[in-house]
Amino acid sequence: MIDFVRDNLGPMMFGGLVIFLLIGYPAAFSLAAVGLFFGFLGLELGLINYAYMGNLTYQLYSIVSNELLLSIPFFTLMGAILERCGLAEDLLDSIGQLFGRVRGGLSYAVIIVGAILGAITGTVAASVIAMGVISLPVMMRNNYNMRHATGVIAASGTITQLIPPSLVLVVLADVMGKSVGDMYRGAIGPSLVQLFLFMAWVAVLSVVRPHYMPPVAQTDLNLKGRALVLKCLRGIVPSAALIFLVLGTIFMGLATPTEAGAMGAVGAILLAWMYGTLSWKLLYQGMSSTMRLTSMVVLILIGARVFSLVFQGVGGGKWIEHMLTGLPGGQFGFLAFSMIFIFFIAFFLDFFEICFIIIPLLIPAAEKLGIDLIWFGLLICANIQTSFMHPPFGFALFYLRGIAPREVKSSDIYMGSIPWIFLQIILVVMMLLWPGMVSYWLEKPASIPAGEAMEQLRNLGGPGGLGAPGGLSNELAPPKF
Amino acid sequence: MDKIVLAFGVPLLMLATLFLVWTFCRSLLPLAKSIDVIGDKFAVLADWLVLLACLVSAGNAIFRYLLTPVMALLKNPDYSVFHGVLGWMSPVIEVYSKNANGFLELQWYMFAALVLFGAAYTMKMNEHVRVDLFYGNVSDRTRHWIDFLGGVVFLFPMCLLLIWFTWPWFMESWTLNEASNNAGGLVRWPVKLMLPIGFFLLLIQGFSEIIKRAAALRGFYVHDHNYEKPLQ
Repeated sequence: MIDFVRDNLGPMMFGGLVIFLLIGYPAAFSLAAVGLFFGFLGLELGLINYAYMGNLTYQLYSIVSNELLLSIPFFTLMGAILERCGLAEDLLDSIGQLFGRVRGGLSYAVIIVGAILGAITGTVAASVIAMGVISLPVMMRNNYNMRHATGVIAASGTITQLIPPSLVLVVLADVMGKSVGDMYRGAIGPSLVQLFLFMAWVAVLSVVRPHYMPPVAQTDLNLKGRALVLKCLRGIVPSAALIFLVLGTIFMGLATPTEAGAMGAVGAILLAWMYGTLSWKLLYQGMSSTMRLTSMVVLILIGARVFSLVFQGVGGGKWIEHMLTGLPGGQFGFLAFSMIFIFFIAFFLDFFEICFIIIPLLIPAAEKLGIDLIWFGLLICANIQTSFMHPPFGFALFYLRGIAPREVKSSDIYMGSIPWIFLQIILVVMMLLWPGMVSYWLEKPASIPAGEAMEQLRNLGGPGGLGAPGGLSNELAPPKF
Repeated sequence: MDKIVLAFGVPLLMLATLFLVWTFCRSLLPLAKSIDVIGDKFAVLADWLVLLACLVSAGNAIFRYLLTPVMALLKNPDYSVFHGVLGWMSPVIEVYSKNANGFLELQWYMFAALVLFGAAYTMKMNEHVRVDLFYGNVSDRTRHWIDFLGGVVFLFPMCLLLIWFTWPWFMESWTLNEASNNAGGLVRWPVKLMLPIGFFLLLIQGFSEIIKRAAALRGFYVHDHNYEKPLQ
């Protein structure tokens, strides 16, 4: 009996995890409790020793001292402020009018603005809410098909997930042990393809089902010529500045993703001030919701680390790895299995739970099968994006329901999202069959400006005569990204 | 012998806690309220740390690139026109460059503090994410039961054990007065102290939560923080 337990503690622990999580107590605490409980069993059975459990302290410390995780509050704060500062409104109004004369113009506008907002910030809520509030009424006034209208808004809001600087990619990079810069570079290809897919779908619909998107009424096209151009600039110029501030500095190697996030947040505050929407209430609400989200995420990570430390100790990691590498079909079999598994588990688990609990279990097998982790991470990211759109817990649909007028039926919102989920699945399949989509942007020489940065840093201690010897140590040196 | 004590003692302790809280939840409610106030205070601190960490981090990046050109300008007599305007920056830059590593470390000290100080408040607001496959479909009463039992069975042991693991580690750092390896870096014990403090705050907040859940189950208290999945 004891021997049986000792040999199968890993699988039992996994079963315990599933049961404890299903109870519905906050995942962070359930995870840690499962970990500690089985840790004691493992100690008793002699599978792990006390010193091994002592690693726990270092694990916890390494979480709170992780610079990369620091970007979570920064990107979240940035999103929280941009959500209500008026930028999205300007963008939607001007680009909507720009495309208004084309059939399906409002849909294109929503997709484009979704992409722009996605390239500025990393949170889905901001874009869906802004677009739902502004574009949905215009689309309804112009008799757009309701399912199409809600679908395009929800889907465009989720584009944020894949387009850098996405928070999801930062967290994935950390879990995969890859650099955020590479992750972002790899994401460029898939996000362009995604945009193309979405636009192509609208184009197809506008031919096949023209009555879904009737021409826009003249009253909604009140801006012309100069006024329209000015309004477009008013939305696009600050967006471009923010995109440069965040993405530009990361890609050029001028700042770490963390610092870029911080500058983005400061930039967003300045922007809100320029728009005249900055208030203490806005800022403090942003700070407070950011604090709670960050705390929630990091606590899950703490719980997951406690769990996985013990899980590895009792041999659970080996068990999972063995099972996954033994899947028929080798690399492809593993990828197909993990993609389908994640697609369905995303019905029940939050992104962060998937990222900290499920993905660490998949990584060793992926590495053993020789799968590029950046490609794998981006596949997961594109895959999880669907979870924002499918019932029962599609956040994008929730947000949309929350702000849509009463006459929009919930069933329309749910049905409307289906074609977009299929487009997303097509994207995942395309990425699977054509890894070049990811690697194309990776192979380019990445770090020319990083050299310049180093040069500048060397100058710091030099001719300026600044800084006592050793005043600037290696931590200041070339930004690691 | 020890193992038998442990195997029976821990469940017995849990049962005793459940029983005591269930019985005296009404008289414990004021205590729960004061614990909530402590949590709120730390949460305000954590809120501010979000903004401060942001400013420090952005400042670090900006300073790194501003330092060299500005200092070069100030050292160069050809540009003495600017010296009057920018002269005040010279001491600022001196101070910053001596403590650059300190500032870099400060940002993640703040991160640690905001996470650990805010966790208790996040729990009070019911914003720690759950798997709501089951939880989402049951009555409020069942949810209170889950939180009441979960608090004692999951949260308490976890917090106590993690305090037990992290406290000696802080003490070691404190007695050795351990400092960062980087020149100009900060002393290490404050950030190591935050771990046990954070778990202690969670522990007492958990206590407040189970009091409130028990009181809600017995009809003395209306719990008004319904669970909603966090926004992302």
